[in-house]
Amino acid sequence: MDHQNTVVRPNEERLSKFEEHVGEGKAVEPRDWMPEEYRSHLVRQMSQHAHSEVIGMQPEGNWITRAPSIRAKQILLAKIQDEGGHGLYLYSAAETLGISRVEMIEQLQTGKAKYSNIFNYPSLTWADIGAIGWLVDGAAIVNQVSLQRTSYGPYSRAMVRICKEESFHQRQGYEIMANMMNGTADQKEMAQDAMNRWWWPSLMMFGPHDGESPHSANAFKWKIKRHSNDELRQKFIDKTVQQAEVIGLTIPDPDLKWNEEKGHYDHGEIDWDEFYRVIRGNGPLNKQRIAHHVKAHEEGAWVREAAEAYKTKQAQKYN
Amino acid sequence: MTTDSQLDLWEVFIQSRNGSHHIHAGSVHASDRKMALQNARDIYTRRGEGTSIWVVPANAIAASNPDDADMFFDPADDKVYRHPTFYTMPEGAKQI
Ligand SMILES: [Fe+2]
Ligand SMILES: [Fe+2]
Repeated sequence: MDHQNTVVRPNEERLSKFEEHVGEGKAVEPRDWMPEEYRSHLVRQMSQHAHSEVIGMQPEGNWITRAPSIRAKQILLAKIQDEGGHGLYLYSAAETLGISRVEMIEQLQTGKAKYSNIFNYPSLTWADIGAIGWLVDGAAIVNQVSLQRTSYGPYSRAMVRICKEESFHQRQGYEIMANMMNGTADQKEMAQDAMNRWWWPSLMMFGPHDGESPHSANAFKWKIKRHSNDELRQKFIDKTVQQAEVIGLTIPDPDLKWNEEKGHYDHGEIDWDEFYRVIRGNGPLNKQRIAHHVKAHEEGAWVREAAEAYKTKQAQKYN
Repeated sequence: MTTDSQLDLWEVFIQSRNGSHHIHAGSVHASDRKMALQNARDIYTRRGEGTSIWVVPANAIAASNPDDADMFFDPADDKVYRHPTFYTMPEGAKQI
């Protein structure tokens, strides 16, 4: 799209107009003037979000060939395909901010851009597929529901679409867990083991406590973020505890208890040392996840080259 | 790492049901229109969200400039007589 600004206003005037616009709860669209920091914050957040959807396909992809039934396999395939789609909606939305997909992929592959920490943990058993759908997608949904009202139009619209698709993801995961909790002693143990391993990393998905969240001041002022990390985490805990109880799973937190006064659950201390260890690249699978992405990307290069060659040939034919 | 093409950018418009407008849904990358249509179908209509898809090369779209919006849409601002509420109807007239 051509982009010519015929009216040039000084930045301060533009900034106050922008903040007024956002303050009224109005959406910002790709061609609107925006502060550079707003743009760069969104590029970072949206590309990280897109990368998470794409890298998140790996732990689940690990179980496609070992799904216990045709039904389970079809569901898992559809779920993973959705996640690929979510990645593409988000890359598409991020591209409207002037960054190319080539750049975003390069940033992912060189470690400059992050993706959600949770996908650096392995999926060891079939129950992990249940736990991922129920807890990981469950946590992602809480965050994404809040982002439906983010100020950047393309991001907000992508979130609305994504949220519509996510509820099946969480339900299929919960169904797996419920079935296992109805099964043999071994199956129950497997489900509880998955719960034990995925619970804390799921809580970490919401990011550091509000006091330690590095990018939040302007993100709130400009309505990129509508709820704080701790608020969203609390929401997730409050709704998940009951679901665990219904199927007989124990939440691996001895300090978890209902706080009548607050109307929320209190929870135990999160191990932030582990969080930062994983975020700095020392989680169980950081290297493998990126190596796999690079491999798939390189193995697909010939397809893109062939498509380009075909396009050139067709153009010559008809010109 | 190879620096390779991510193919061309196409904007996607979807008609959600027969008789309605095509509405912008997002974009896809593709090398030609056939691939763009197939990619758009796979990305934006996995749950029967569409009865028809248009794909348009992104660089073929001309868009109005938001900075000029006041000026650009100004001609419509002072023509209240384009709205039915502008007119005084005689007392007692029905179905008009
Ligand atoms: Fe997703
Ligand atoms: Fe999901």
